Amino acid sequence: MSDSHVYTPYHPRWLRRRVSTYWWLEKWSYFRFILREGSCLFVAWFVLYLLLLVNAVRQGPDSYTRILEWSAEPWVLGLNVVSFLFVVFHAVTFFDAAPQALVVHIGRTRVPGRLVMAAHYAAWALASVLIAWLIVGA
Amino acid sequence: MADHITLQVARYRPEQQSDITFDEYEVPCPKEWVVLDGLNHIKDRLDGTLSYRWSCRMGICGSCGMNVNGEPKLTCATFLADYAPGPIRVEPLPNFPLIRDLIVDIGDFMQKLVRVKPWIVRQTEKPLSEGEYRQTPEELDEYKQFSMCINCMLCYAACPIYGLDPKFLGPAAIALAQRYNLDNRDEGASARMEVLSEHEGIWGCTFVGECTKVCPKNVDPAGAIQRYKLTAALESMKAFFMPRGS
Repeated sequence: MSDSHVYTPYHPRWLRRRVSTYWWLEKWSYFRFILREGSCLFVAWFVLYLLLLVNAVRQGPDSYTRILEWSAEPWVLGLNVVSFLFVVFHAVTFFDAAPQALVVHIGRTRVPGRLVMAAHYAAWALASVLIAWLIVGA
Repeated sequence: MADHITLQVARYRPEQQSDITFDEYEVPCPKEWVVLDGLNHIKDRLDGTLSYRWSCRMGICGSCGMNVNGEPKLTCATFLADYAPGPIRVEPLPNFPLIRDLIVDIGDFMQKLVRVKPWIVRQTEKPLSEGEYRQTPEELDEYKQFSMCINCMLCYAACPIYGLDPKFLGPAAIALAQRYNLDNRDEGASARMEVLSEHEGIWGCTFVGECTKVCPKNVDPAGAIQRYKLTAALESMKAFFMPRGS
Protein backbone atom coordinates (compact mmCIF):
# COMPACT_ATOMS: atom_id res chain seq x y z
CA MET A 1 0.00 0.00 0.00
CA SER A 2 1.38 3.38 -0.97
CA ASP A 3 1.78 6.11 1.67
CA SER A 4 1.29 8.81 -0.96
CA HIS A 5 -2.19 7.53 -1.71
CA VAL A 6 -4.77 10.32 -2.00
CA TYR A 7 -8.46 9.58 -2.10
CA THR A 8 -11.04 12.20 -3.04
CA PRO A 9 -14.42 11.34 -1.51
CA TYR A 10 -17.32 10.90 -3.94
CA HIS A 11 -15.00 10.78 -6.96
CA PRO A 12 -14.32 7.37 -8.48
CA ARG A 13 -10.63 6.56 -8.38
CA TRP A 14 -10.11 3.98 -11.08
CA LEU A 15 -7.24 1.59 -10.99
CA ARG A 16 -5.80 1.22 -14.46
CA ARG A 17 -3.45 -1.73 -14.74
CA ARG A 18 -0.86 -1.58 -17.50
CA VAL A 19 -0.53 -4.56 -19.83
CA SER A 20 2.89 -6.17 -19.37
CA THR A 21 5.35 -5.97 -22.26
CA TYR A 22 5.62 -9.75 -21.86
CA TRP A 23 1.85 -10.36 -22.07
CA TRP A 24 2.50 -12.94 -24.79
CA LEU A 25 4.32 -15.17 -22.30
CA GLU A 26 1.35 -15.28 -19.92
CA LYS A 27 -0.68 -17.88 -21.83
CA TRP A 28 0.23 -20.64 -24.27
CA SER A 29 -2.43 -19.38 -26.71
CA TYR A 30 -0.86 -15.89 -26.70
CA PHE A 31 2.62 -17.39 -27.26
CA ARG A 32 1.24 -19.53 -30.10
CA PHE A 33 -0.18 -16.36 -31.67
CA ILE A 34 3.21 -14.63 -31.51
CA LEU A 35 4.86 -17.71 -33.05
CA ARG A 36 2.29 -17.56 -35.86
CA GLU A 37 2.98 -13.88 -36.44
CA GLY A 38 6.75 -14.49 -36.31
CA SER A 39 6.46 -17.33 -38.81
CA CYS A 40 5.86 -14.67 -41.50
CA LEU A 41 9.59 -13.88 -41.35
CA PHE A 42 10.41 -17.48 -42.30
CA VAL A 43 7.83 -17.40 -45.09
CA ALA A 44 9.57 -14.27 -46.38
CA TRP A 45 12.94 -16.04 -46.18
CA PHE A 46 11.61 -18.97 -48.25
CA VAL A 47 10.33 -16.55 -50.89
CA LEU A 48 13.76 -14.90 -51.03
CA TYR A 49 15.51 -18.31 -51.14
CA LEU A 50 13.26 -19.39 -54.02
CA LEU A 51 14.12 -16.21 -55.94
CA LEU A 52 17.83 -16.86 -55.33
CA LEU A 53 17.42 -20.40 -56.69
CA VAL A 54 15.52 -19.21 -59.78
CA ASN A 55 18.18 -16.57 -60.39
CA ALA A 56 20.93 -19.20 -60.08
CA VAL A 57 19.16 -21.48 -62.57
CA ARG A 58 18.82 -18.56 -64.96
CA GLN A 59 22.55 -17.78 -64.74
CA GLY A 60 23.67 -21.29 -65.69
CA PRO A 61 25.11 -24.57 -64.28
CA ASP A 62 28.07 -22.98 -62.43
CA SER A 63 25.88 -20.57 -60.55
CA TYR A 64 23.41 -23.36 -59.74
CA THR A 65 26.23 -25.58 -58.40
CA ARG A 66 27.51 -22.69 -56.26
CA ILE A 67 24.11 -22.10 -54.65
CA LEU A 68 23.71 -25.83 -53.98
CA GLU A 69 27.11 -25.86 -52.21
CA TRP A 70 26.13 -22.75 -50.25
CA SER A 71 22.83 -24.40 -49.31
CA ALA A 72 24.70 -27.42 -47.95
CA GLU A 73 26.56 -25.31 -45.42
CA PRO A 74 25.42 -26.22 -41.89
CA TRP A 75 24.02 -22.80 -40.97
CA VAL A 76 22.00 -22.50 -44.21
CA LEU A 77 20.76 -26.07 -43.78
CA GLY A 78 19.81 -25.33 -40.17
CA LEU A 79 18.04 -22.11 -41.16
CA ASN A 80 16.09 -23.94 -43.86
CA VAL A 81 15.05 -26.77 -41.53
CA VAL A 82 13.78 -24.24 -38.95
CA SER A 83 12.11 -22.23 -41.71
CA PHE A 84 10.40 -25.33 -43.06
CA LEU A 85 8.94 -26.12 -39.62
CA PHE A 86 7.70 -22.54 -39.21
CA VAL A 87 6.22 -22.48 -42.74
CA VAL A 88 4.32 -25.72 -42.02
CA PHE A 89 3.11 -24.22 -38.72
CA HIS A 90 2.07 -21.06 -40.58
CA ALA A 91 0.16 -23.05 -43.20
CA VAL A 92 -1.59 -25.34 -40.69
CA THR A 93 -2.71 -22.48 -38.43
CA PHE A 94 -3.80 -20.48 -41.50
CA PHE A 95 -5.90 -23.38 -42.82
CA ASP A 96 -7.37 -24.06 -39.37
CA ALA A 97 -8.49 -20.42 -39.15
CA ALA A 98 -9.82 -20.26 -42.72
CA PRO A 99 -13.39 -21.46 -41.96
CA GLN A 100 -13.82 -18.58 -39.49
CA ALA A 101 -13.18 -16.00 -42.21
CA LEU A 102 -14.55 -17.81 -45.25
CA VAL A 103 -18.26 -18.60 -45.25
CA VAL A 104 -19.21 -20.42 -48.43
CA HIS A 105 -22.71 -21.11 -49.69
CA ILE A 106 -23.73 -23.59 -52.34
CA GLY A 107 -27.18 -22.49 -53.36
CA ARG A 108 -28.93 -21.79 -50.06
CA THR A 109 -26.89 -24.30 -48.08
CA ARG A 110 -23.90 -23.19 -46.01
CA VAL A 111 -20.83 -25.36 -46.56
CA PRO A 112 -19.60 -26.76 -43.20
CA GLY A 113 -16.35 -25.27 -41.87
CA ARG A 114 -14.64 -28.68 -41.90
CA LEU A 115 -15.19 -28.95 -45.65
CA VAL A 116 -13.75 -25.45 -46.20
CA MET A 117 -10.68 -26.50 -44.19
CA ALA A 118 -10.44 -29.84 -46.04
CA ALA A 119 -10.57 -27.98 -49.37
CA HIS A 120 -7.54 -25.91 -48.31
CA TYR A 121 -5.57 -29.04 -47.37
CA ALA A 122 -6.61 -30.72 -50.63
CA ALA A 123 -5.42 -27.69 -52.63
CA TRP A 124 -2.12 -27.78 -50.69
CA ALA A 125 -1.65 -31.49 -51.41
CA LEU A 126 -2.53 -31.00 -55.09
CA ALA A 127 -0.07 -28.12 -55.47
CA SER A 128 2.67 -30.17 -53.71
CA VAL A 129 2.07 -33.19 -55.99
CA LEU A 130 2.12 -30.94 -59.06
CA ILE A 131 5.42 -29.31 -58.05
CA ALA A 132 6.96 -32.70 -57.15
CA TRP A 133 5.90 -34.04 -60.57
CA LEU A 134 7.43 -31.01 -62.30
CA ILE A 135 10.75 -31.41 -60.47
CA VAL A 136 11.11 -35.21 -60.29
CA GLY A 137 9.33 -35.98 -63.55
CA ALA A 138 11.26 -33.42 -65.57
CA MET B 1 -14.77 -34.22 -2.45
CA ALA B 2 -13.66 -31.51 0.01
CA ASP B 3 -16.41 -29.78 2.01
CA HIS B 4 -14.83 -26.37 1.62
CA ILE B 5 -12.65 -24.55 -0.86
CA THR B 6 -10.55 -21.39 -0.56
CA LEU B 7 -11.39 -18.36 -2.67
CA GLN B 8 -8.60 -15.81 -3.07
CA VAL B 9 -10.60 -12.73 -3.92
CA ALA B 10 -9.10 -9.52 -5.32
CA ARG B 11 -9.86 -6.46 -3.22
CA TYR B 12 -9.47 -2.84 -4.23
CA ARG B 13 -10.80 -0.20 -1.85
CA PRO B 14 -9.86 3.12 -3.48
CA GLU B 15 -10.23 5.03 -0.21
CA GLN B 16 -7.68 2.75 1.48
CA GLN B 17 -5.30 1.33 -1.10
CA SER B 18 -3.67 2.09 -4.42
CA ASP B 19 -3.36 -1.44 -5.79
CA ILE B 20 -5.10 -4.80 -5.65
CA THR B 21 -4.63 -7.09 -2.65
CA PHE B 22 -6.09 -10.55 -2.09
CA ASP B 23 -8.30 -11.73 0.77
CA GLU B 24 -8.83 -15.44 1.42
CA TYR B 25 -12.19 -16.95 2.31
CA GLU B 26 -13.20 -20.54 3.01
CA VAL B 27 -16.54 -21.28 1.35
CA PRO B 28 -18.64 -24.47 1.18
CA CYS B 29 -18.12 -26.51 -1.98
CA PRO B 30 -21.20 -28.59 -2.78
CA LYS B 31 -21.15 -29.88 -6.34
CA GLU B 32 -23.94 -27.56 -7.51
CA TRP B 33 -22.26 -24.36 -6.28
CA VAL B 34 -20.74 -21.97 -8.79
CA VAL B 35 -18.12 -19.28 -8.08
CA LEU B 36 -20.91 -16.70 -7.81
CA ASP B 37 -22.53 -18.77 -5.03
CA GLY B 38 -19.20 -18.64 -3.24
CA LEU B 39 -19.04 -14.85 -3.59
CA ASN B 40 -22.65 -14.51 -2.39
CA HIS B 41 -21.77 -16.68 0.63
CA ILE B 42 -18.85 -14.36 1.43
CA LYS B 43 -21.06 -11.28 1.04
CA ASP B 44 -23.89 -12.71 3.19
CA ARG B 45 -21.92 -14.55 5.88
CA LEU B 46 -18.27 -13.60 5.97
CA ASP B 47 -17.54 -10.10 4.66
CA GLY B 48 -20.31 -7.71 3.64
CA THR B 49 -17.85 -5.18 2.24
CA LEU B 50 -17.05 -7.28 -0.86
CA SER B 51 -18.33 -5.60 -4.04
CA TYR B 52 -19.14 -7.36 -7.33
CA ARG B 53 -21.78 -7.32 -10.07
CA TRP B 54 -24.33 -10.04 -10.62
CA SER B 55 -27.97 -10.37 -11.54
CA CYS B 56 -29.61 -13.34 -13.22
CA ARG B 57 -27.44 -16.29 -12.02
CA MET B 58 -28.21 -18.18 -15.24
CA GLY B 59 -25.84 -16.97 -17.97
CA ILE B 60 -28.27 -14.50 -19.52
CA CYS B 61 -27.50 -11.03 -18.15
CA GLY B 62 -23.72 -11.06 -18.64
CA SER B 63 -23.06 -9.15 -15.40
CA CYS B 64 -20.90 -11.56 -13.42
CA GLY B 65 -17.87 -11.87 -15.69
CA MET B 66 -14.60 -12.16 -13.74
CA ASN B 67 -11.20 -13.74 -14.10
CA VAL B 68 -11.23 -17.16 -12.46
CA ASN B 69 -7.75 -18.61 -12.11
CA GLY B 70 -6.60 -16.25 -14.85
CA GLU B 71 -9.36 -17.07 -17.37
CA PRO B 72 -12.31 -14.76 -18.11
CA LYS B 73 -15.45 -16.63 -17.02
CA LEU B 74 -19.09 -16.06 -16.17
CA THR B 75 -18.95 -16.85 -12.45
CA CYS B 76 -22.56 -18.08 -12.53
CA ALA B 77 -21.51 -20.83 -14.94
CA THR B 78 -18.19 -21.80 -13.36
CA PHE B 79 -18.46 -24.59 -10.81
CA LEU B 80 -16.34 -24.53 -7.66
CA ALA B 81 -15.97 -28.32 -7.75
CA ASP B 82 -14.16 -28.13 -11.10
CA TYR B 83 -11.31 -26.32 -9.31
CA ALA B 84 -11.11 -28.63 -6.27
CA PRO B 85 -9.08 -28.81 -4.10
CA GLY B 86 -8.42 -25.14 -4.85
CA PRO B 87 -7.54 -22.46 -4.08
CA ILE B 88 -9.47 -20.43 -6.67
CA ARG B 89 -8.26 -16.94 -7.53
CA VAL B 90 -11.07 -14.52 -8.42
CA GLU B 91 -10.03 -11.22 -10.02
CA PRO B 92 -11.82 -8.40 -11.86
CA LEU B 93 -11.89 -8.57 -15.67
CA PRO B 94 -8.56 -7.28 -16.99
CA ASN B 95 -8.26 -4.50 -19.61
CA PHE B 96 -10.93 -2.36 -17.91
CA PRO B 97 -10.44 0.39 -15.31
CA LEU B 98 -11.19 -1.02 -11.87
CA ILE B 99 -13.70 0.84 -9.69
CA ARG B 100 -13.83 -1.36 -6.58
CA ASP B 101 -13.00 -4.98 -5.68
CA LEU B 102 -14.40 -6.96 -8.63
CA ILE B 103 -16.32 -4.14 -10.33
CA VAL B 104 -14.89 -2.69 -13.53
CA ASP B 105 -15.96 0.38 -15.47
CA ILE B 106 -17.84 -0.74 -18.59
CA GLY B 107 -18.52 2.79 -19.91
CA ASP B 108 -16.02 2.46 -22.76
CA PHE B 109 -17.75 -0.66 -24.09
CA MET B 110 -21.21 0.91 -23.81
CA GLN B 111 -20.09 3.94 -25.84
CA LYS B 112 -18.53 1.74 -28.52
CA LEU B 113 -21.59 -0.46 -28.70
CA VAL B 114 -23.87 2.47 -29.62
CA ARG B 115 -21.46 3.58 -32.36
CA VAL B 116 -22.06 0.39 -34.39
CA LYS B 117 -25.86 0.87 -34.29
CA PRO B 118 -26.76 -2.56 -32.89
CA TRP B 119 -30.38 -2.37 -33.96
CA ILE B 120 -32.28 -2.82 -37.22
CA VAL B 121 -31.83 0.26 -39.40
CA ARG B 122 -34.46 0.84 -42.10
CA GLN B 123 -34.37 3.50 -44.80
CA THR B 124 -38.17 3.41 -44.94
CA GLU B 125 -40.47 1.59 -42.56
CA LYS B 126 -43.35 -0.26 -44.19
CA PRO B 127 -46.80 0.43 -42.73
CA LEU B 128 -48.04 -1.84 -39.95
CA SER B 129 -50.94 -2.87 -42.16
CA GLU B 130 -48.46 -4.70 -44.44
CA GLY B 131 -47.54 -7.01 -41.58
CA GLU B 132 -44.26 -8.19 -40.16
CA TYR B 133 -40.88 -8.53 -41.88
CA ARG B 134 -40.71 -12.25 -42.53
CA GLN B 135 -37.58 -14.38 -42.62
CA THR B 136 -36.83 -17.92 -43.68
CA PRO B 137 -34.92 -20.25 -41.29
CA GLU B 138 -31.89 -19.93 -43.61
CA GLU B 139 -32.00 -16.13 -43.34
CA LEU B 140 -32.22 -16.44 -39.56
CA ASP B 141 -29.24 -18.82 -39.49
CA GLU B 142 -27.07 -16.20 -41.20
CA TYR B 143 -26.93 -14.02 -38.07
CA LYS B 144 -28.37 -16.12 -35.23
CA GLN B 145 -24.97 -17.12 -33.84
CA PHE B 146 -23.96 -13.46 -33.41
CA SER B 147 -27.29 -12.56 -31.80
CA MET B 148 -26.39 -14.81 -28.84
CA CYS B 149 -24.00 -12.16 -27.46
CA ILE B 150 -24.96 -11.12 -23.90
CA ASN B 151 -22.48 -8.22 -23.63
CA CYS B 152 -20.56 -9.95 -20.84
CA MET B 153 -17.27 -8.47 -22.10
CA LEU B 154 -15.25 -11.62 -21.47
CA CYS B 155 -13.97 -11.21 -25.03
CA TYR B 156 -12.58 -7.75 -24.22
CA ALA B 157 -10.89 -9.18 -21.13
CA ALA B 158 -9.26 -11.93 -23.21
CA CYS B 159 -8.17 -9.62 -26.05
CA PRO B 160 -4.56 -8.43 -25.65
CA ILE B 161 -5.10 -5.92 -28.47
CA TYR B 162 -7.83 -4.15 -26.49
CA GLY B 163 -5.54 -4.20 -23.44
CA LEU B 164 -2.73 -2.60 -25.40
CA ASP B 165 -4.91 -0.16 -27.37
CA PRO B 166 -8.19 0.75 -25.62
CA LYS B 167 -9.28 2.64 -28.74
CA PHE B 168 -9.83 -0.70 -30.49
CA LEU B 169 -13.55 -1.15 -31.12
CA GLY B 170 -13.34 -4.67 -29.76
CA PRO B 171 -14.77 -8.12 -30.42
CA ALA B 172 -18.34 -7.90 -29.08
CA ALA B 173 -19.16 -4.55 -30.71
CA ILE B 174 -17.97 -5.83 -34.10
CA ALA B 175 -19.78 -9.16 -33.70
CA LEU B 176 -22.99 -7.29 -32.89
CA ALA B 177 -22.51 -5.04 -35.91
CA GLN B 178 -22.23 -8.19 -38.01
CA ARG B 179 -25.36 -9.58 -36.35
CA TYR B 180 -27.32 -6.70 -37.92
CA ASN B 181 -25.33 -6.51 -41.16
CA LEU B 182 -26.22 -10.14 -41.87
CA ASP B 183 -29.89 -9.64 -41.03
CA ASN B 184 -31.82 -9.30 -44.31
CA ARG B 185 -34.29 -6.86 -42.68
CA ASP B 186 -31.48 -4.39 -41.96
CA GLU B 187 -30.37 -1.58 -44.27
CA GLY B 188 -27.68 0.00 -42.08
CA ALA B 189 -24.56 -1.82 -43.33
CA SER B 190 -23.11 1.22 -45.09
CA ALA B 191 -23.56 3.41 -41.99
CA ARG B 192 -21.81 0.80 -39.85
CA MET B 193 -18.99 0.43 -42.36
CA GLU B 194 -17.70 3.92 -41.54
CA VAL B 195 -17.12 2.88 -37.94
CA LEU B 196 -16.01 -0.69 -38.60
CA SER B 197 -13.51 0.25 -41.31
CA GLU B 198 -11.64 2.73 -39.12
CA HIS B 199 -8.10 1.85 -38.12
CA GLU B 200 -9.37 1.06 -34.62
CA GLY B 201 -12.20 -1.03 -36.08
CA ILE B 202 -11.72 -4.38 -37.77
CA TRP B 203 -8.18 -3.59 -38.90
CA GLY B 204 -7.05 -3.28 -35.29
CA CYS B 205 -7.68 -7.01 -34.83
CA THR B 206 -4.67 -9.28 -35.36
CA PHE B 207 -6.68 -12.48 -34.96
CA VAL B 208 -5.33 -13.73 -31.66
CA GLY B 209 -8.61 -15.65 -31.43
CA GLU B 210 -8.95 -15.65 -27.63
CA CYS B 211 -12.28 -13.78 -27.80
CA THR B 212 -13.87 -16.78 -29.47
CA LYS B 213 -12.32 -19.24 -27.02
CA VAL B 214 -13.64 -17.49 -23.91
CA CYS B 215 -17.11 -16.62 -25.26
CA PRO B 216 -19.67 -18.41 -23.06
CA LYS B 217 -22.27 -18.26 -25.85
CA ASN B 218 -20.14 -19.55 -28.76
CA VAL B 219 -20.60 -16.30 -30.66
CA ASP B 220 -17.22 -16.44 -32.46
CA PRO B 221 -16.37 -12.69 -32.51
CA ALA B 222 -13.01 -13.48 -34.15
CA GLY B 223 -14.86 -15.09 -37.05
CA ALA B 224 -17.18 -12.09 -37.32
CA ILE B 225 -14.19 -9.74 -37.56
CA GLN B 226 -12.36 -11.81 -40.17
CA ARG B 227 -15.54 -12.13 -42.26
CA TYR B 228 -16.02 -8.39 -42.12
CA LYS B 229 -12.39 -7.80 -43.17
CA LEU B 230 -13.18 -9.81 -46.31
CA THR B 231 -16.38 -7.80 -46.89
CA ALA B 232 -14.60 -4.46 -46.37
CA ALA B 233 -11.75 -5.47 -48.70
CA LEU B 234 -14.21 -6.49 -51.42
CA GLU B 235 -16.18 -3.26 -50.97
CA SER B 236 -13.04 -1.12 -51.29
CA MET B 237 -12.01 -3.07 -54.42
CA LYS B 238 -15.48 -2.51 -55.86
CA ALA B 239 -15.22 1.20 -55.08
CA PHE B 240 -11.79 1.30 -56.77
CA PHE B 241 -12.76 -0.50 -59.96
CA MET B 242 -16.33 0.80 -60.18
CA PRO B 243 -16.20 4.28 -58.64
CA ARG B 244 -19.64 5.15 -59.99
CA GLY B 245 -21.18 1.94 -58.68
CA SER B 246 -22.21 -1.12 -60.63
